[in-house]
Amino acid sequence: MDYIRDFFVNIARSWTAWISTFLPDWGVSLVNYIVVGIILVLMPVLATLTLTWMERKVIGRIQNRIGPNRVGPWGIFQAIADAVKMLIKEDIIPDRADRPVFNLAPILIAGAAGLLWAVMPFGRRMIGADLNVGVLYIVAVGSITTVAVIMAGWASNNKFALIGAFRVVAQLLSYEVPMILSIATVVLLAGTMRMMGIVEAQVIPFIFILPVAFIGYFLAAAAEVGRAPFDLLEADSEIVAGYFVEYSGLKFGWFYIAEYGNLFAVSAITATLFLGGWRGPFANAVPALGPLYFIIKTILVVFLLMWIRGTWPRFRIDQMLAFAWKVLVPASLANLLWVAVVLKLPLPAPVQWILMLGGNLLILFVAATLLGRAAKRDAAKHSLTPAAV
Amino acid sequence: MQQVMFIVLSLVTLAAALMVVIARSMFRAALWLVLTFFGIAGLFILLHAEFIAVAQVLIYVGAISTLIIFAIMLSRGVMDPDARRFNDQWGVVAGFGAVLFVLLAAVVTRTRWPVALADVPADAIQRLGGDFVGSYVIPFEVASVLLVVAMIGAIIIAREQES
Amino acid sequence: MVPLTWYLLVAAALFCIGAFGALARRNAVGVLMGIELMLNAVNINLIAFWRYVGVTQMTGQLFAIFVITVAAAEAAVGLALIISIYRQRSTVNVEEIDTMKG
Repeated sequence: MDYIRDFFVNIARSWTAWISTFLPDWGVSLVNYIVVGIILVLMPVLATLTLTWMERKVIGRIQNRIGPNRVGPWGIFQAIADAVKMLIKEDIIPDRADRPVFNLAPILIAGAAGLLWAVMPFGRRMIGADLNVGVLYIVAVGSITTVAVIMAGWASNNKFALIGAFRVVAQLLSYEVPMILSIATVVLLAGTMRMMGIVEAQVIPFIFILPVAFIGYFLAAAAEVGRAPFDLLEADSEIVAGYFVEYSGLKFGWFYIAEYGNLFAVSAITATLFLGGWRGPFANAVPALGPLYFIIKTILVVFLLMWIRGTWPRFRIDQMLAFAWKVLVPASLANLLWVAVVLKLPLPAPVQWILMLGGNLLILFVAATLLGRAAKRDAAKHSLTPAAV
Repeated sequence: MQQVMFIVLSLVTLAAALMVVIARSMFRAALWLVLTFFGIAGLFILLHAEFIAVAQVLIYVGAISTLIIFAIMLSRGVMDPDARRFNDQWGVVAGFGAVLFVLLAAVVTRTRWPVALADVPADAIQRLGGDFVGSYVIPFEVASVLLVVAMIGAIIIAREQES
Repeated sequence: MVPLTWYLLVAAALFCIGAFGALARRNAVGVLMGIELMLNAVNINLIAFWRYVGVTQMTGQLFAIFVITVAAAEAAVGLALIISIYRQRSTVNVEEIDTMKG
C-alpha cells in the first residue's frame, strides 16, 4: 500500500536498484538519462495521437456534427490512420530548394517542441531537470522556433512560403513580449524561477490572484504556437499552409507533431503557472495523484483552447500585431508594476493577494472599456452601428 | 566527463565559427552562426552560469540571428552567388589572425591567474537581480536608455523613405 | 575540473576567427557576424573568470549581460544601416561603399 502511494518515484527507485546490480555507476546514470529522455521526447508524439482525435471531436460537436466515428469506437484510431497516410506519402523536395536546410527545419521545430518537456513538473520530485531558470528556459526554447521557421520558409524557394515565414516571425516576436511580462509577474509572486518552486508556492492557484497575467499568458502562448484565432499563418483559406507549403509526407508530419506538441506543452505550462500544477486534494499525502491532477488540468486548458478555436473568427495580421502591442503589452506592464508595488508593502500575504486581485480587476475593467469604445468608433466609421443598419 | 563535454563543445563552437567566416552563401553562414551561439551557450552551462546561457539562447539565437537573416534576405539579389568572399588582403589578415592567436595563447598560458575555486552561491540569480538594482543601477538604466535609442534609431534608419 | 587556461584559449581562438571574418569579408553582414563572434569570445572570457576567480560576487555575469545588451543594440543599428545602404546603392559589398574615401 505504501509502495503505491508514491508509485512513480518508487518504480524509478526499484528500476535504478535493479540495474545497479549489473552496471557501473556511470552506466546507471547514462541509462536513466536515456530512459527519461525517451519518455519526455515521446510526449509531443503522444500529444499528437490523442489531441488530434480530441480536437476533431470537440470542434465537430461545436459545429453540430459528430466528427470522425468510423475508425474504431468513437473514431479513436483516426489518428493512427492519419499517421499511416502521412508516412506513405511521397516525399517531394522542390527543385532548387536548399536541401540540408530544407531537411533540417522540421527536425528543429519538432526538437524545440520536445525540449520543452524537460522542465515540466509532473508531480512531487517528478521532473526531468529542475533548472534554476526553468521558465526562462521555456521562453528560450520557444525562440528557437523562430529561426527554424525562417529556415523552412527560405529553403522552400517559394515566395509565398517566404512571406508566410516573415509573418510568422513578426507574430512570434511580437507575442514574446506579453508572454515574458506575464511570466515575470508570476515569478515575482512565487519568488523563484524554478518550475517546482512555482508549483509549491501556489497555496491558492495564481489564476485567482492574477487573472490578467493568466489571460495575457494564455493569449500570448496561443499566438506563439499559432493556434486559432491567431492561425493566419497556416490558414488553409488564406495562405495555403504558409511556410510549410512545400513539405509533404513525414516532414509535414513533423510540423504537425510540433504544432500539437506545442499545444500540449503550452497548456501544461499554463496549468503549472496558474492552476497549481500537480497540487490538488490529497496530493500531499498520496504523491502518485500528482500526475493525474496535472494531466486533468492540462486537458482542461487544451479543451479551452479548442473551444476558442471553434467559436472565434480569425484575426488579420495587422489586427493581431495591434492587439499584441496596444492591448497586451500595456496591460501586462501595468500588472507587473502593480504586483511589484504590492509585494513591497508590509502587509500579510492574504491581504496582498486581495490587493493584487483588485488591481487586476481594475486593469481588466479599464482594458474592456477602452476596447469597447474603440470597437464602437470602428463600427461607426464603417457604418455598422445598429441605427445605421 | 566534464573534460569530454568541454572538448566536444569547444570543437563544435570553433568549427562552426570557422564555417561562419568561410561559407560562400551568406544564409549558410548565418545558420553556422546560430550553431556557434548554441555551442557558446553550452560552454556557459559548463561554467555553471545557467542564466547567461539561457539569456544567450534567447537573445542571440532568438533575436539577433533572426535580424541577421532578415538583413541577408533583404540585401541580396544584386549580389551574384559567385561573388568573391574575401577582399584582396585576406592572406595578410589570416597571417595577422594566426600571429594574434599565438600571442594571446602565450600570454594566457604563462600568466599565473589568481584562481580561487569556490562553490557557486545557491541564490545566484537573486544576487544578480539585487546587484542590478543595487550597486549597478546606473549601468542598468543607461543600458535601457541605449536600447530605446537603438530601437528608435534603427526604425528611422531602415524606414522606407516616403518621397 | 577543466583548467581556466583551456577556456581562455577557446575564447582567444574564437576572437581571432572573428577578427579574420571582420577584416577579410566583403559582405557587410559578414563583417557584422565577425564582430558578433568577437563579442561572444569576450563573454566566454568574462564568465570563465567569474567562475574561476570571483565566483562570490556576480560582477562577471553582470558584465557579460551588459555586453550582450550592447551587442544586441549594435547589431540592430548596424543591420538597419546595411539595409538602408542597400536601398541607396544596391550593394552591400564593403569595398564599393567608398564615397568618403580620399
